[in-house]
Amino acid sequence: MSGVPENAPQHCPGTESADAGKASACAGCPNQNICASGVPAGPDPAIEIIKNRLSNVKHKIIILSGKGGVGKSTVTSLLGHALSKLNPDINVGILDADICGPSQPRVLGVRGEQVHNSGSGWSPVYVTDNLSLMSIGFLLSSPDDAVIWRGPKKNGMIKQFLSEVDWGDLDYLLIDTPPGTSDEHLSAVQYLSQAGVTGAIVVTTPQEVALLDVRKEIQFCRKVGLPIIGVVENMSLFVCPNCKSRSEIFPATTGGAAQLCAELALRPLGALPLDPLLARACDAGADFVRELPHSPAVAALGRIVAEIVNICNERNGS
Amino acid sequence: MLENVKQVILVLSGKGGVGKSTVSTQLSLTLKEKGFKVGLLDIDLCGPSVPYLLNLEDQNIHQSPEGWVPVYLDKEQKLGVMSIGFLLKSRNDAVVWRGPKKTSMIKQFLEDVYWQDLDYLIIDTPPGTSDEHITVMENLRQVPQCSAILVTTPQEVAIEDVRKEITFCRKTGIPIMGIIENMSGYECPTCSECTNIFSSGGGKSLAEISKIQYLGCIPIDPRVGALAGKGLAAIKELPECTTSKVFNELANKLSESNINGS
Repeated sequence: MSGVPENAPQHCPGTESADAGKASACAGCPNQNICASGVPAGPDPAIEIIKNRLSNVKHKIIILSGKGGVGKSTVTSLLGHALSKLNPDINVGILDADICGPSQPRVLGVRGEQVHNSGSGWSPVYVTDNLSLMSIGFLLSSPDDAVIWRGPKKNGMIKQFLSEVDWGDLDYLLIDTPPGTSDEHLSAVQYLSQAGVTGAIVVTTPQEVALLDVRKEIQFCRKVGLPIIGVVENMSLFVCPNCKSRSEIFPATTGGAAQLCAELALRPLGALPLDPLLARACDAGADFVRELPHSPAVAALGRIVAEIVNICNERNGS
Repeated sequence: MLENVKQVILVLSGKGGVGKSTVSTQLSLTLKEKGFKVGLLDIDLCGPSVPYLLNLEDQNIHQSPEGWVPVYLDKEQKLGVMSIGFLLKSRNDAVVWRGPKKTSMIKQFLEDVYWQDLDYLIIDTPPGTSDEHITVMENLRQVPQCSAILVTTPQEVAIEDVRKEITFCRKTGIPIMGIIENMSGYECPTCSECTNIFSSGGGKSLAEISKIQYLGCIPIDPRVGALAGKGLAAIKELPECTTSKVFNELANKLSESNINGS
């Protein structure tokens, strides 16, 4: 690998080779001067800074889904609460990388809080003693404020979030992402490339229209070399609060997450039922795990968390 | 650009998964059933859902001297569809692009598609207020006959993002036609008890607060959900259901009103 770019002219010697910018194939290449100057751009210095900044974070997990509204933020907050409850000595951080639609401040019930800048960086907002959150929502003056930014500005923000937040020692850093396979995702993966990501958790709902986008996200992970921890199916069954009968609101006509996992050789982590109380708890920013410990969703969540903890420990051991 | 299009309607929402694509496709199908000539442009490049929803997944775009020929749903060419989904080899293919590449793709979609004469061009968008949206707004600035429909679900988590989208529309000067509330309630098939899974009324109160017309609420109806992937109009298959009524009214409103930037 001498760094031949994908769109390079034929016979490009590679940007890192000794002939870069000097070979005959370089004549006419728009980047000839850059290559010939002998100072190739090299990796972004921020990658090294981020590696150092996050060296005290044991497990870095990215929560992804190609589709919007499947519950990435809900699952992230539930995992955050559940992981931080396993043991008071476990520290969990949540980074909301959804720049245009930050939901974490509401879901975790810390809207209107401020982040403070100290000598060691931005200090995140603490939801509980061992659960902290950083989101662009804290930087907006009103909930109506829209962040109308193109890619590069969003990337800069994510870079800042990763390099300048003073998380302290963390056991888990959960990174909540917006839907899609674009700037935010590429940047997060790229900036974390040296810091070592434990893996991605993919969230989906059972319908085909969601699975379709989730397949794209899985291909994204494979393209950029991001290991996938497993798949969580959200909103899988609806239990009527009146008659307790179960029904499928979003029918898994194509086999749902189970079929997807079988097809793409992924690990199913579990399924969360659709619980109206959970939706309400998210709106109110209440800690669902503590307030409704007997909900079937909490039982399912417990199993998912146990699975994730196992996988993380395995990966660290190996 | 788009001189032959009488009216352009953007379907927007700050939030994902609220039903933008469902609203876009059903609105297009409703207008088509009413005899209009409709174009549907899907600018969600990372997660195009329109080809699947309309059962057009294996279709291809052809190049003609006038530009790209959209995929037509019917033989009479009443509903033309353009989506990046038609350009991908496999349905698993991911479009891993940063902003500038998405921007140029959308410009091409807006400039190089040969729609012929259209009564309505419906544009389905991805969630957010970023590259895709900025590009579309910048390019539609010269198109006076353009307005936006916002889709939301009733939870506050979704409303919060939709408020951002309203600010976006106001900042960029695009008139908002109204708000649709989707997934308002779910009727249990066993006991017929209606549960507001994602609470209810959020869209209506948002419309009141922000002084935007309220266009109705669509319940969660598994029968409508089952139409996804078939390309069938709710208004034709299920004329009695609430969803059809909302879309019928919406289509009537559209054909009555001559939006003059109001």
